[in-house]
Amino acid sequence: MTLKTFKIGGIHPPENKITEDRAVQSCPLPKQAVVLLAQHIGAPAEIQVKVGDEVKVGTLVGKAPGLISANIHSPVSGKVKKIDTRTDASGYPKTAILIDVVGDDWDPEVGEAGQYEWNKRPLKTDIQATGDEIRAALAAAGVVGMGGAAFPTNVKYMVPPGKTAEYLIINGVECEPYLTADHRLMVELPDEVLVGTEILRRALGVEKAIIGIEANKPDALRIMAERVKSYPNIQVQGLVVKYPQGAEKQLVKALTGREVPSGMLPLDVGCVVNNVGTAQAAYLAVQYKRPFVDRILTVTGTSVKNPGNYLVRLGTPISQVIELAGGLPEDAGKIILGGPMMGKAVSTTDTPVGKGTSGILILNKAQAKRPAVEPCIRCSKCVTVCPMGLEPYLLSEMAKQNRFEEAEARGLMDCVECGSCSFTCPSHRDLVDWLRYGKARVLANRRKGK
Amino acid sequence: MSTGMIVSLSPHVRTKASISMVMGMVIVAMIPAILAGLWAFGLSGALVMAVTTGVCVLTEWFITVYMLKQPSRINDGSAIVTGLLLGMNIPASTPIWQVIAGSIFAIGLGKMAFGGLGHNPFNPALVGRAFMLTSFPADMTTWPAPGAARWSILQTGGVDAVAGPTALGMVAEAQGLPDGLSGVAGMPTHWELFLGSIPGSIGEVSALAILAGGLFLLVRKIISWESPVFFLGGLALFTGVFWIVDPVRYADPLYHILAGGAMLGAWFMVTDMVSSPMTPRGRMIFAGTAGLLTGAIRLFGAFPEGTSYAILIMNAFVPIIDRYVRPKKFGQKKKEASRG
Repeated sequence: MTLKTFKIGGIHPPENKITEDRAVQSCPLPKQAVVLLAQHIGAPAEIQVKVGDEVKVGTLVGKAPGLISANIHSPVSGKVKKIDTRTDASGYPKTAILIDVVGDDWDPEVGEAGQYEWNKRPLKTDIQATGDEIRAALAAAGVVGMGGAAFPTNVKYMVPPGKTAEYLIINGVECEPYLTADHRLMVELPDEVLVGTEILRRALGVEKAIIGIEANKPDALRIMAERVKSYPNIQVQGLVVKYPQGAEKQLVKALTGREVPSGMLPLDVGCVVNNVGTAQAAYLAVQYKRPFVDRILTVTGTSVKNPGNYLVRLGTPISQVIELAGGLPEDAGKIILGGPMMGKAVSTTDTPVGKGTSGILILNKAQAKRPAVEPCIRCSKCVTVCPMGLEPYLLSEMAKQNRFEEAEARGLMDCVECGSCSFTCPSHRDLVDWLRYGKARVLANRRKGK
Repeated sequence: MSTGMIVSLSPHVRTKASISMVMGMVIVAMIPAILAGLWAFGLSGALVMAVTTGVCVLTEWFITVYMLKQPSRINDGSAIVTGLLLGMNIPASTPIWQVIAGSIFAIGLGKMAFGGLGHNPFNPALVGRAFMLTSFPADMTTWPAPGAARWSILQTGGVDAVAGPTALGMVAEAQGLPDGLSGVAGMPTHWELFLGSIPGSIGEVSALAILAGGLFLLVRKIISWESPVFFLGGLALFTGVFWIVDPVRYADPLYHILAGGAMLGAWFMVTDMVSSPMTPRGRMIFAGTAGLLTGAIRLFGAFPEGTSYAILIMNAFVPIIDRYVRPKKFGQKKKEASRG
């Protein structure tokens, strides 16, 4: 297979895929589940339960108030203890339903899914649902993108008038260093991913779906390429290892050769992009009517005693998942939800696992410290590596000097915050921090109508 | 539970590279050319190089610590690079007091006056050389013959210093002779220029040694290919046109590339990060024009060599180049097409 990739920029951070050969293990239920009402982009779900209510696995506890939102289901069975707030990865306290866990009884409406171990479910390849039924099932199950941004999935499959979809792109790139959750999913449940892809392809009404997988996962690539032979409308494509290939614009470019124009979406070039995890969640939602109540995530770090990939119920505090991996190492300096390039550092281990939590990365004290900022020596590495073709050295200075309009004219808003510039800078300058600041200020000015 | 962990924005991993590592690579890359220079000019060359390097580092340290009251930055190695580069760019017979003056000027006015590392518009070593060439034109254009006095520490006016004209001096002289190049006796061959048994500045004698260091920098991705290729290409283009028209009076382009400071400039001065443009296309314009200018100064200027002035002139245009030459943005073409 000829490997493909995107053209402009890109970096090769150390991969550190320590857990790539570790089979997924099930994480025990927590004593108390912390169910956040905003685990997705868009409006928080509206609470459907009150203190004292009995809930089962799959009981709707939060209802999407509008289109850009997502249903939230109880991940455990037990009793609603309290409606409180908990700090999530954003660093802000958010409304959460605290459920004292009694057991693992599934709601009768979703009962069938609860009968099986996660890796012993019979494969249901026969897809009966129509496009509308698929969208409804995705919405009912609260499926959101599992790659990180957590955008409600059903919305992506409503193509607005005037736009045409041609390709479904399924993201099996997992270009973030350390993370191996998608890798393990493709190795251990390849058929669920493929049927899920087929379901999403039908919902979108396109002829072709392409699954992109980076060449640093040879076993996943081999297994998926083998199994895909039973799916005539799906193609598996190997990709050159290069960060940020999993960014949707870069992935669309790599797989179709199409460039999403500045300020537009993949759909503007006929593509819809979803993660392999999302495809599998779609499979469960449509074929089993199973709500989104758990996910695979990687717990990793060079000092972690027992790093691995775990199937974790949403709402499990990360402290408990970390315990499972051997506990917080003594030299721990930083806890990150997600990967090292775009993940968010958290201040507390009370933060629960959410729909978008792809991993828990623990850096040691030496790794956690930011190196001192030195003067720019104009080496131009940031310009070379920027996958959007921007000039981070210049945009960061403009943002620092509040020259937002100039920065915007020079492409500031195209920045995808992948962090390649900051990673590569030999002077360790805080480039992407200033670009984020600049973007936030431009958006604030736009809202003010300035 | 609050954990006392560090909370900061992504990315949470950074490159292992640093300024001192970049400068260290440049220093390593200079070693072959420096060794070739020391083989040719012996102890006097070593003394000049030691003085430029030592005085550049001391000057930066003094200005940073005593005048600016800032912590010393000499560990980053950039002053060493400037010092070595200045030493490579002057004759081994230059009087030491002039070498000291040039070094102080290079760092003091070429670098620190603009705000130190990263802020200097001109290559500091070339600023120092230009200052010396203007102030001490006679000593700066007297070149000892290579290998003549390896064990003599001071060649200045010494009896064992055998001064000889440079290859480019002969090329310039030939332009005015009726017989052209064949009228000049003892012109070095291409091979002699390539290997390095010719009079010249300490670091420019061996094109081969410079190329070895330059390719090392290219492979380690410290420099990009555009700068040396377009610089030498521009020089070859300008000198080539005249050679095609009148090969009797004008030297061929390969001779121009191998002679004088062209190779040193192409691999170690046009490629200077701080004083060159930030985009590949910008570097093509910058280096290509500097190459053309070098050719123009060599053929028509007052001096037989023009590399350092050509690069200094183009250094001044870098801010303009960076303002107007932008990298190709992702998704740019279609946006413009749809607008049109």
